[in-house]
Amino acid sequence: MSCNPAIGGTAKGHLVREIDALGGEMGKIADATGIQFKMLNTSKGPAVWSPRSQNDREWYSKEAQRRVVHQNNLDVIEDSVAEIIVKLNTLKGIRTFLRHEISCGAMVLCAGTFLNGLMHTGEKNRVGGRFGEAPALGVTESLRSLGFSSGRLKTGTPPRIDLNSIDLSKTEIQNSDNPPIPFSYHNEKILNRLIPMYLTYTNPATHNILEKGFDRSPLFTGRIKGVGPRYCPSIEDKIFRFADRDRHQIFLEPEGYDTNVVYVNGFSTSLPEEIQFEGIRSIVGLENSKMIRPGYAVEYDYFPPHQLRHTLETKIVAGLFLAGQINGTSGYEEAAGQGLIAGINAALKIQKRNPFVVQRSEGYIGVMIDDLINKSTDEPYRMFTSRAEYRLLLRQDNADRRLMRAGFELGLIAQEMIERLDEKENIVEETIRYLQSTTISPAKINPLLESKNESPILENDLLSKIIRRTNIGVWDVAQVVEIENIKTNLLRADVGQQVEIDMKYEGYIRRQNEQILRFAKFEEYIIPEHFDYTLISSLSTEGKEKLHKIRPRSIGQASRISGVTNSDISVLSIFLKQLEGR
Amino acid sequence: MVYQSHDTIAAIATPIGVGGISVIRISGPAAFNMADAVFRGSAAAKDSVSHSIHYGSVVDPVSRETIDTILLSVFRNPNSYTGEDIVELSSHGGYYVSQKILLLLYHMGARPAEPGEFTLRAFLNGKLDLAQAEAVADIIHSKTERAHKASVEQLSGKLSAIVKDLREEILNICSLLELELDFSQEGIALTDKNTVVEKLLRVEKSVNNLSASYREGKIIKEGIRVALVGKPNAGKSSLLNVLLMEERAIVSEIAGTTRDTIEESILLDGVEFVFNDTAGLRESIDTLELEGIKRTSRAIEGADVILLLLDGSLNHSPEDLNFYNDLIEKYRNSKSILWLINKSDIKTKFVNPLGIDNPIWISCKTHEGINALKKRLLETSLPHYDSAAASVTITSGRHRDALEKASLSIGSARKTIEGGLGGDFAAVDLRGALNYLGEIIGITTPDDILNNIFSNFCIGK
Repeated sequence: MSCNPAIGGTAKGHLVREIDALGGEMGKIADATGIQFKMLNTSKGPAVWSPRSQNDREWYSKEAQRRVVHQNNLDVIEDSVAEIIVKLNTLKGIRTFLRHEISCGAMVLCAGTFLNGLMHTGEKNRVGGRFGEAPALGVTESLRSLGFSSGRLKTGTPPRIDLNSIDLSKTEIQNSDNPPIPFSYHNEKILNRLIPMYLTYTNPATHNILEKGFDRSPLFTGRIKGVGPRYCPSIEDKIFRFADRDRHQIFLEPEGYDTNVVYVNGFSTSLPEEIQFEGIRSIVGLENSKMIRPGYAVEYDYFPPHQLRHTLETKIVAGLFLAGQINGTSGYEEAAGQGLIAGINAALKIQKRNPFVVQRSEGYIGVMIDDLINKSTDEPYRMFTSRAEYRLLLRQDNADRRLMRAGFELGLIAQEMIERLDEKENIVEETIRYLQSTTISPAKINPLLESKNESPILENDLLSKIIRRTNIGVWDVAQVVEIENIKTNLLRADVGQQVEIDMKYEGYIRRQNEQILRFAKFEEYIIPEHFDYTLISSLSTEGKEKLHKIRPRSIGQASRISGVTNSDISVLSIFLKQLEGR
Repeated sequence: MVYQSHDTIAAIATPIGVGGISVIRISGPAAFNMADAVFRGSAAAKDSVSHSIHYGSVVDPVSRETIDTILLSVFRNPNSYTGEDIVELSSHGGYYVSQKILLLLYHMGARPAEPGEFTLRAFLNGKLDLAQAEAVADIIHSKTERAHKASVEQLSGKLSAIVKDLREEILNICSLLELELDFSQEGIALTDKNTVVEKLLRVEKSVNNLSASYREGKIIKEGIRVALVGKPNAGKSSLLNVLLMEERAIVSEIAGTTRDTIEESILLDGVEFVFNDTAGLRESIDTLELEGIKRTSRAIEGADVILLLLDGSLNHSPEDLNFYNDLIEKYRNSKSILWLINKSDIKTKFVNPLGIDNPIWISCKTHEGINALKKRLLETSLPHYDSAAASVTITSGRHRDALEKASLSIGSARKTIEGGLGGDFAAVDLRGALNYLGEIIGITTPDDILNNIFSNFCIGK
């Protein structure tokens, strides 16, 4: 973990749930090693609720390694890739720095921020992929010689300070949710000891100090060539771009139980060390703080992801899959989602089975990969809920209902989990049917309605209507239901929540489903694989170039490619229609 | 219709028949070469600059016979209607001459243009968007000055521009909502609920205004349908004759579905009124007449305005009065109904048993009251909407449907926010609204609509 030891967050929490539903490890490791858990955005609609955890850094990486080492049929070799061996556009194997040759039919390359990594602090820079670790050299060159194009991105990390030097009494305490909600559908509860985080703010004095160093910031002097993320900006970016703001949030996050290292979240920077230190000390609560390590920015190579298929296999080299920052994404969760899809498809390829792709209407993982391929991005890609057009259906609470059966088909989910899912869905259905067909009398329900500031009913009404009231939840309805097993169902957290959401937001969910159907025909409108776009002289120059480069599977995909205009799509549809007609 | 942009197409672009001149249009990569193969004049098309006109003659390259003296206009791609190289040959009118020239061009390899193909090419080459392409068909078919103006406005891209602006506004509102959903953890100041509701109301109103302009648009395009109802001797035909004579502007004369109903159309103040002279009412009960009555009912059903014509010199039976009462009851809310009392020149015995409000007294003999009738017709039939607010008039039912759906979606998004639900719910309907508006300008148009649109053209356009 080169950034902060936290998993999830808005939209990223969705990814973790989906990874778990497909049989991935991230949620399980986060649950096992978490020291604080929060469900974010609970004041908003269920589609944007997102789980997030803080983790013990050491413990997380040990737990992750333990799971890797204990995996059956898996050999672990520690070495660096020096060259990728390809014959006739097909992967044959790799050569390592220690001169080993390993032949393989498929490989997933996850290079993180290490490809020709260069770390910057002020005017100093040194090679490396993260603190204390060497960069990966040779891979970029090897891929470029195969015909891949590459680019350069940057990301940053904040300074670390000593917990014992912080005046915590001047900060706002941020406690964990208790009891915590686990990420993983495999876990029912989390028993870890929970510890607090702390919130403070920068102030105008901080901003003045930092501005002094702008002329030596590698960002402003042009020493960093890579483009950084707009949405996870460095503190100098924030001060520069939001000059009218006189304070920014700073979260102080202890990196574990038995460590004094505190991650200064919100203070990512590559300013000179002494400026960072002075700036930190101007912040309330940090006046006497000791800096353990300055923040730095890291620049690295990536491969623009239009070079990939939806399986994350490269279009140029059969058998070579790329996942993570090498595809221009930021964040652990984005990387994990890709790693899982690439891994699954690498295995399927070896087994000569059909590839596995998550559709945009099925999961954030599908949205992400489709975006990566179609939207040319020149900044690191981060997941947001607004990227998902069917957000209301792709909730963190129903990732199991959306994807777990696919995980089971792939052999990544145990039979027992599927049986539990089936049982849960049956109960949800049974409960909904009951609420839709059972009425309640005014005498029984009005006291509850009035206590919740809801207008009373005048004659018997369906329970399904009562539950749609703004201030009424599934717990309230459970109080008045007479049948014992329905009451139990409603009070079961995993069932009650699904019932409530399915019923309360039924109209919205239905409309969203209609939108999916409407667009499904565009997704099914397949463009022949080797279609020659030069045949259509009337496509815009940029549209033609992008279509030729990305080679979309369908009209639906073509319409999402940046640079392809609406009239390009009209032209293309008419042209294809006529080809069919012949 | 098979679109092949490497084809060169040709057609007569002016109406078939005898006229002053006849224009033959050639479009495609070989347009210049084909024209030059038959043209002998001051300059060759392929050596001419765009937008230049040359005098010369069309000569059959085989027989060396001169067909006609013509003017040749050159338009070089992309600065032409279709976006391709275009040559237009203005020959002397007449079927024989223009057909002969066209045949020569076919011999040179030009392909006969399919209906709408020039416009299709313009669309495919990005010269026109979907709404503009539809406007071309409307311009060709426009019968009145107003209809023509509305179509020209649409062709100029005004409608598309307005729809794009509306989408832009909705996208902006979406971004406000998304900001709150994705970035609330980052301490960014959020827009309050009321501002969002206000913004939604504004867009909703603009969309509604635009779709309300359809009523005027439809009138402009199709005219106002007027059913003339009354007993056979009430003077329906005389009234029609008076109106026609006065205006001397018969736009069309269409035989009715039967000998009993006749459609005549006149222009009042630039608006087309299509009069349907219905069969006489309730005068006999034989089967033939029953059929007539059925047709009358159909004519009334399809009308925008009902003119009830009474003979002011007669008393009316209770049956007549019941019939009129029923009619008024049925259409009170959906159609404009005007009472006319004819024969005002004769000393009238007419009393007002139905309590008729504000009847128009006319005389087909002296033409008394005819101007008043025209004025009332115009007043009652032109829609009451804020025409200043809708700066463009929509004339297509397809656009109206899309706008209405968009308005409903925006409305439910607004109600969602007002009801206290979050942006994630409102976003569902705003996305719906964006899709519907997109259909108008062809962004998310299913291809059946596309096909439908392009089959509605005449050859040469």
